[in-house]
Amino acid sequence: MLTSSLLFIPSLHDFLFSLLPPGLAKGAEMVLVGIIYLTIFAVAGLFLVLLERKVAARFQLRLGPNRVGYGGSMQTLADALKLLSKELTGTVRADKFLFNLAPYFVIITALMALAVLPFSQSMQVFDINIGLFFLIALSSVGVIGILLAGWGSNNKYAMIGAMRSGVQTISYELSVGLSLVTMVLLAGSLQLSQIVEVQKSGWLIVQGHIPALIAFMIFMIAGTAETNRAPFDLVEAESELGAGFHTEYSGMKFAYFFLAEFINMFIIAAIAVIVFFGAWLSPFGITESLPWLGVFWFLGKTFLVVLLMMWFRWTFPRLRVDQLLTLEWKYLLPLNLANLVLMAVTVWLNLTIQF
Amino acid sequence: MSNDALQALIGSWFPEPEADKLQCSTEGSQYLTISLDPAYLSGLMERLKSSPETQFDYLFCLTGVDWGKELGVVYHLESTTHRHILVVKVQTADREEPCFDSVSHLWPTANFHEREVFDFFGIRFRNHPNLKKLFLTDEWEGYPLRKDYTDEVNMIVK
Amino acid sequence: METATIAPPIKSEEYFINMGPQHPATHGVLRLLLTLDGEIIKKVEPDLGYIHRSIEKMCERNSYQQIIHLTDRLDYLSSHINNEAVCLAVEAALGVEVPERVKVVRTILDELIRISSHCLWWGVMGMDLGALTSYFYAFRDREMINDIFEETCGARLTMNYNVPGGLMHDIHPNFVARTREFLAHFKTKLPEYDRLLTDNVIFQKRTKGVGVLSRQDAIAFGASGPVGRASGYSCDVRVHHPYSALPKVTFKEALRTEGDSFARYQVRIQEMWESVAIIEQLIDAIPEGPHQVATDAVIKLPKGEFYQKVETARGELGVFIISTGTKNPYRLKFRSPGFSNLSLLNHIAVGGKIGDLVATMATLDLVIPDIDR
Repeated sequence: MLTSSLLFIPSLHDFLFSLLPPGLAKGAEMVLVGIIYLTIFAVAGLFLVLLERKVAARFQLRLGPNRVGYGGSMQTLADALKLLSKELTGTVRADKFLFNLAPYFVIITALMALAVLPFSQSMQVFDINIGLFFLIALSSVGVIGILLAGWGSNNKYAMIGAMRSGVQTISYELSVGLSLVTMVLLAGSLQLSQIVEVQKSGWLIVQGHIPALIAFMIFMIAGTAETNRAPFDLVEAESELGAGFHTEYSGMKFAYFFLAEFINMFIIAAIAVIVFFGAWLSPFGITESLPWLGVFWFLGKTFLVVLLMMWFRWTFPRLRVDQLLTLEWKYLLPLNLANLVLMAVTVWLNLTIQF
Repeated sequence: MSNDALQALIGSWFPEPEADKLQCSTEGSQYLTISLDPAYLSGLMERLKSSPETQFDYLFCLTGVDWGKELGVVYHLESTTHRHILVVKVQTADREEPCFDSVSHLWPTANFHEREVFDFFGIRFRNHPNLKKLFLTDEWEGYPLRKDYTDEVNMIVK
Repeated sequence: METATIAPPIKSEEYFINMGPQHPATHGVLRLLLTLDGEIIKKVEPDLGYIHRSIEKMCERNSYQQIIHLTDRLDYLSSHINNEAVCLAVEAALGVEVPERVKVVRTILDELIRISSHCLWWGVMGMDLGALTSYFYAFRDREMINDIFEETCGARLTMNYNVPGGLMHDIHPNFVARTREFLAHFKTKLPEYDRLLTDNVIFQKRTKGVGVLSRQDAIAFGASGPVGRASGYSCDVRVHHPYSALPKVTFKEALRTEGDSFARYQVRIQEMWESVAIIEQLIDAIPEGPHQVATDAVIKLPKGEFYQKVETARGELGVFIISTGTKNPYRLKFRSPGFSNLSLLNHIAVGGKIGDLVATMATLDLVIPDIDR
């Protein structure tokens, strides 16, 4: 279900409709929104890469990029330009079609997920009633891109990486889904705007207290695994597989994988913020009178969660593939199911905390 | 066990007619050195390892040597229980098809060391499980660590 | 496992993979031919020689002073100890007794470079297991040791500070103060190493029970150094054949009985503590005296065979010199610890996963120039 107003700036929306016939106006609006989201995507991707490098540097007694632009702020832009100008190489007996298709799978799914995120009360392009379900479904499409990349590369290391990715994503999707289902029990809706609305009487992590906390922890672990980041970066484990599934990619095709990884991290963090931490709602409603501040609250919280994921990455060693599966199937899944029952009981007996 | 005791013990393992195949000495070396006929190598090594008085269970060095006319192998053995050291030497005058018994079934470490010797001296080892070149490429001609090896391109002769 | 009763109808096939010569986990140009069944390793076959320089042949054409330069290039992370091995062999052959000062300084530098080598290993170990941060922590501390070496020896990696008969020149006036400063610093940082890696659950899961080597196999495969000691095999040359100032110091040989990767890890961590203890016993009482005894400009060893063992950071390094009485050795063999340690890789890696192989390789701490010579 499309919202009546596609564009989140009402005056621009009205302006377009007053100027053009409705069909054209709708088309123009879609193009505009597309451009805006592509820009957000690129900027967020580049910023996250820079953030990661700066954060990693702080963890590792280094300075990080500090030459290009003020304090190294233009470093990732320079890197992106460099990657743009690089030759696109491939292996001789690769499956050319799948090899070239793979990066688009990864990047388009990441981009599609952005569309449903409620950045603020009005800034949400696509508020469908199955928003959360849509996000979970999309996150599993991305793995097809990785599998294609591994298969199409005609490289054994890439193949091992892709197979690991398949195993990993299929397993951890269960945990991501179940931990979100737990929260849906509490929120009573799959629609993202509705989930945020419920949290006006307390963020869900407070409302749901113990089961919500457990669900959050499971979600963070499984979410990190979904994005193939350390300690679950077996897919591209550089000390084992060289670079895993994207070993054979170069230039912009490699950059697509790279950017998608960071956007996926952003999306996982954003879902955590929407479902657990009240999305664009300010803590205790301190800026309720200024709704446009919502987007800052949303991004601020998201980056805190992103920081948490970076902290994982720069602290933990990598798991082994069998340990990865043991963790999911023997620990997280049973815990998750028990937690689901606990949450149901909590909601049934009305034990939630509400302000 | 002291060097003298070792020498006496190992000497006693060989009955009289064969005794001249075996020479023990401590001259010019800090360790007791035994030189023997290659035919007895396998038997002696097995006994050195299994005999409770000697128990040479640690082969810490295996060296190929080109003595000019002969090619030889030097084994450095140590016992981790008795902490005594023994050097065993064998050599052969056959430079075309030099061959000794492998000791890799006694000390698995000899597997790699013997391959190294095969690489650089061309000495073959009988009953070695996997005797192929380890360092050099398969098409390498000659045996670089032999004294008569020449390579006009890569070797600087002073 | 309990699920193995029903055979799956899937037919699996073994396949080969080339790990190296350019691969992040092989730390250099080592090539491993892996036979895999899925993720499980069926066979590991090392292929060596990518940086073989035939140092042994070069030694046959060089004088004993020149040979020392070449030993730096064996196991470059224990270069000072390698130098010392040749010097000790030559000194023993000549019957030269070096001054006490030389012995003490040599041992201090030995232990410093052992710490430096173990630091590098620790950092790289973390990196191999996917924890990149450890590398920078280790290098911060290693840098201080490198500074000490730079001041005293004039080089940071390939020192070439030992000469037959003593040291190239006397220690730098700052040496003692700087070393003390380092020890004080390092003793506060070593517990940090434990907090970052040793106590980490994932790290322990990745290393415990991985690459298990029994004591019997350790001896049979000629394992030495921390690899042997982690299997409960007391093989420290510093204990059994002490050299230089080692007879004067007391330290505990780091021994573990488990024989797995984690045990090898713990042995090295403990060795760093022991090295600190050894330096502390010596640093305050470096005897006064000459830093060298005069030797002939052209050193000719008497006819005979000379063998010298030393304990490098990787294990037992043997120098076997056959001399015919000339200024060059007739044959010089380096018994390198890495070569023997590599030979047991296939034995302990088979049956594990690719990730296990990386963990095992990391704890074997191979330096490829040491293997290739």
